Amino acid sequence: MKTLLQVENLSVNVGSTCIIRGLNLSVDKGEVILLLGPNGSGKSTFLHALIGDPRYRISSGRIIFDGIDVSSMPMTDRVKLGLSLGLQFPPRIKGITLRFLAERILERRGVTSSVISSVIEGYSRMLNLGGLLDKDLYVGFSGGEIKRAELMITLIQAPKLLMLDEPDSGVDVENLALVGSAISKYLSEDVGRSAIIITHTGYIARYVKATKAYVMVNGRIVCRGDPEILVSNILEHGFEKCFRCEGMI
Amino acid sequence: MKSRKVRDDLRERALSALSKPSTYGLDIDLSRFTASLGSDIMDIESYTDAMLSVGVDPEERGRGGSYYQIDNVAAYSSSRYKGLIVKPISEALEDESILEYYWKAVPVDLDKYTATAFLYEKDGYYIEVKDRVEIPIPVQACILLKSPSLIQVPHNIVVVGEGSKLHLITGCTVARENPGVHIGISEFYVKKNGLLTFTMIHSWSKGMHIRPRTIVYVEDGGIFISQYISTSLVDSIQSYPTIHLVGENSSSHLSSIIIGRGSSHIDIGGAIELKAPGSTGEVTSRVISMDESRITSRGRISGFIRGVKGHIECRGLILSENSSIYAIPELEAKAYDVQLTHEAAVGRIAEEEIIYLMAKGFTEDEARSMIIRGFLQPKIPIPLPRQLVDYLSMAMEKIAYAL
Repeated sequence: MKTLLQVENLSVNVGSTCIIRGLNLSVDKGEVILLLGPNGSGKSTFLHALIGDPRYRISSGRIIFDGIDVSSMPMTDRVKLGLSLGLQFPPRIKGITLRFLAERILERRGVTSSVISSVIEGYSRMLNLGGLLDKDLYVGFSGGEIKRAELMITLIQAPKLLMLDEPDSGVDVENLALVGSAISKYLSEDVGRSAIIITHTGYIARYVKATKAYVMVNGRIVCRGDPEILVSNILEHGFEKCFRCEGMI
Repeated sequence: MKSRKVRDDLRERALSALSKPSTYGLDIDLSRFTASLGSDIMDIESYTDAMLSVGVDPEERGRGGSYYQIDNVAAYSSSRYKGLIVKPISEALEDESILEYYWKAVPVDLDKYTATAFLYEKDGYYIEVKDRVEIPIPVQACILLKSPSLIQVPHNIVVVGEGSKLHLITGCTVARENPGVHIGISEFYVKKNGLLTFTMIHSWSKGMHIRPRTIVYVEDGGIFISQYISTSLVDSIQSYPTIHLVGENSSSHLSSIIIGRGSSHIDIGGAIELKAPGSTGEVTSRVISMDESRITSRGRISGFIRGVKGHIECRGLILSENSSIYAIPELEAKAYDVQLTHEAAVGRIAEEEIIYLMAKGFTEDEARSMIIRGFLQPKIPIPLPRQLVDYLSMAMEKIAYAL
């Protein structure tokens, strides 16, 4: 089966506000999707609904992942199936170190204890996390450190569908290169792995080869196209044009 | 005899304070309890499980010495190191030089609990480490309450000599569920460049009222580290250990982990007085309230001289609708250029943190338990002997399991 994710007529509410309205999207195995859109268009809400965050309520439609309807499945089970979301602003958690969380995630995946530390060391080297492993989660981390650490936590879950919420915002060039190459490496290790990456600026596209780009406005996908062309258009003209051509697809 | 005169004076002061309530906590009617010697059957072997539950190893594996007490009578004491004295205070007092430490830190007329403790005093531990002796493994003490309705009044004195090190672990528990009162008087003296770590696990039961009275003096370059853990059901606890940093560059770290259960009424504090140049202090507390428990968590650091530093960190988690936490951090600056800071946070577990961990593949229960374990993680400022680390992880495991 070629399709990994099929989102059909999805509507999502946060509280009593409808954020996503009848969204349709499909992701094939091996596809890397860039999800663009202005602030408040519903991009983050969409990814939170996909992972099953209980604060985001699906009011209609369904989510089929790897042939299974996960629309009402708890988050824990969705993660087990291979969905994983790296947050834009993960919470600071005192008393839980980055290493402790990484170890527990790897244990859950059944990685043998002798391999766990080498997996963590590998990611730590790649993402330059050495000094952060024994610090409490995101406490006192800089913007770039948060992105790198959250990416490690997301990648070690070995997801089939990697979802990243703005891995490139507030990140300087050096950090962006580290983050970008780690994402590319992860995706290239298995041709079946897919990704949906939210980007506000499109910077990540310089480091990660995307196969498609979508633009989201007011809770709907309004545009689909070649990532390079869409990103360069948006960088030049902003999302003005997208508002005007709403409903193109 | 000097001893006679000292006792007469103390007796007079104690009698005058017999109806003086404590500044903090519930006032207990002590007349409902008896202050006898309690049991005279020293069957300490029968309580192996109770001792193990508070981390005391009856076989003394990995221990530098031991002291056991049942009710108000010393049952056993031992020392496995030269330069380490462990004995009942009744025996230690045969040497008048001990009077230098006897009721010198804790005022006998502090309140009716100290007064009662003196008037019915019988035993407790006297532990002394001679100058320049490092005891590499922990010394343990176990104070067990066996007889119902008893007032247990151990009086403990610890003297750590110049340049010496002692790790003391104390487990206090009950043989069975009984009403009772435990008033532990602890007077600790850390001499120049000495180190004392004091780890105490309390495992009481319903019906018990706990009133420890602890005062510590630390000389130049000395370090006093205290960790207090109380996680079982109890009627009430009120404790406010006070550390006097009287020596230059002395330091102290007080930490407590408290879990309130049932209708426990807990008032726990800790004060550090920074009285000498370069002295530093830290008070940290982690409290969790469950059921209908009420917890007051106090912390006070006073800076009496310029250049001293202190920090208080009170954190509380409320895990039930009907429990309450009252956090009171106090900073007192009595000199120019002191650095005193505090942070306090009380609340329930942040939903955002639970959801974050669930989004990383954990169940809600697992996420909650990880956050609570992390919350309770003791922060120890110095490396500890393996046996003490094991002791603490045992305590943490028990807490995590019980939650």
